[in-house]
Amino acid sequence: MSDSKPVTRRNFLYISTAAFSAAGAAAIGVPLVSQMNPDASVKALASTEVDVSTIVPGQSITVLWRGKPVFIRRRTEAEITEAKEVKIEDLPDPEIDDNRVQNPEWLVMVGICTHLGCIPLGNKGDYNGWFCPCHGSHYDTSGRIRKGPAPTNLEIPDYVFLDDNTIKIG
Amino acid sequence: MSTDYKPQSAVAKWIDKRLPLITLFNGHLMQYPTPKNLNYWWTFGGILTFCLVTQIITGLVLAMHYIADADLAFSSVEHIMRDVNYGWLLRYIHANGASMFFIAVYIHMARSLFYGSYKEPRELIWIIGVFIFLLMIATAFMGYVLPWGQMSFWGATVITNLFSAIPVFGESITNWLWGGYSVGSPLLTRFFTLHYLLPFLIFGLVILHVWALHVPGNNNPEGIDVVQGSQDTVPFHPHYVVKDVFALLVFMIIFAGFVFFTPNLLGHTDNYIQANPLQTPEHIVPEWYFLPFYAILRAIPDKLGGVIMMVSAIAILAFLPWLDTSKVRSAKYRPLFKQFYWIFLANFLLLGYLGAQPAEGIYVIISRIATIYYFVHFIIILPVLGFVEKTKPLPKSISEPVLSEKERAAKAATATA
Repeated sequence: MSDSKPVTRRNFLYISTAAFSAAGAAAIGVPLVSQMNPDASVKALASTEVDVSTIVPGQSITVLWRGKPVFIRRRTEAEITEAKEVKIEDLPDPEIDDNRVQNPEWLVMVGICTHLGCIPLGNKGDYNGWFCPCHGSHYDTSGRIRKGPAPTNLEIPDYVFLDDNTIKIG
Repeated sequence: MSTDYKPQSAVAKWIDKRLPLITLFNGHLMQYPTPKNLNYWWTFGGILTFCLVTQIITGLVLAMHYIADADLAFSSVEHIMRDVNYGWLLRYIHANGASMFFIAVYIHMARSLFYGSYKEPRELIWIIGVFIFLLMIATAFMGYVLPWGQMSFWGATVITNLFSAIPVFGESITNWLWGGYSVGSPLLTRFFTLHYLLPFLIFGLVILHVWALHVPGNNNPEGIDVVQGSQDTVPFHPHYVVKDVFALLVFMIIFAGFVFFTPNLLGHTDNYIQANPLQTPEHIVPEWYFLPFYAILRAIPDKLGGVIMMVSAIAILAFLPWLDTSKVRSAKYRPLFKQFYWIFLANFLLLGYLGAQPAEGIYVIISRIATIYYFVHFIIILPVLGFVEKTKPLPKSISEPVLSEKERAAKAATATA
């Protein structure tokens, strides 16, 4: 700055005017952008209670939670064993079965393919779990990705067993 | 544009002195000097303008009957089809109009690629065109979501989920786009709003596109510069107005053929089933005009990678003026480029075919090869060709190639005399 022009009052005015205008424009941008986020009525529907007393082993149901399908599957002994015996090195997104369930018999997960959001079909695919028909992702009996373009395992939502027969999702 | 137009009537003089609109139109739509050798591939600019106006007018009247709400959208479209006077006609024109728009734009782009219309000094015309193409893609995609059928819903789900591939912010961006945790009413209303807005932005860009075109003037099949105001050019009106109108009429006959005889040929039957968030259709297929890019998306066995490649496939077009290193514009004088051009086009059509096939087995392997070739064409073949290709000698004027030997000799004699 040795040979530059001296800073005048006018420079100060230019810079402060520009700074205030930029801050003002940014402040107006906040509500304009934020209005697109999920609104209060959408957030209010954030939890769902499900009665699972009628589901027998090997059967699964699909419930709607936040507009998304949630798979609740009562797994058979064979499926649980299969899920537990998979070597962790064979998994693209390593996660042991115990970390994906609260009770090994009940597998609760968001039924949305982690690739591009299609709904995988049950009892299909190369690993006896789920298969997504859109772009060919295969999931195992623990809902973990095994083959195909999906990057991660099927998501596990927050849920609690209110009693033996009721699950609260969300 | 300089013009020797002088308004004659008192009213015209009064207006033109205050706002020279008449002079402007006269200069750009009447006297505008146009190379005299333009062929029918040059009529698609006018055809595209017609398509845009058709879509805006039919869209405007459809919006008077359509309801943008997840519970009502599907039945409001059926209401348009069954109850609204001529609703079936307006909707079929609008739906098929989108396809006709894309047929025309692909031909228009293919013409630019063949005759090198993107080269210096027309780079900006081409780049504005790429932006128009991008906006067309966005508009068509959002329009396809509005009827809220199964393909609408799952197409919207797959495409909005592309944003979830963005590291770290992916999920918050998709939730922001959706206005919820899945595709639903909030997304539908905002798509409707944007679908209404974007055509007007396209219209604005079209004005810039034509403005930029009218600075250097049209390219032509020989790809050589014409001398402005010489015998190389003819006034736009009536020469090209008549040629454009004739081509447009032929185009409209084909358009009407789709609308009246096979209005659902280019659509998908699944879109006559109302959206069901609990069931994904067997095969999700986008509209035909997106298939080549969809094939590229699916060819990559990685989520983020697939999205990046698909976006790059379109973005790379904007860099074409600098990727093609040859100074010769027209493929007529580039024997090697001409062959690679047709291979590229065939490869693009192959990608389109692959995009409609299930993502399994041999189709995946061919998709990968075709995807690689698509990029190789732009990144390796075009830059290298400019250095290694031996081009044919360019004619001295656009008249020369059509003159007979005798006429050429006569002309040469007068030139030297």
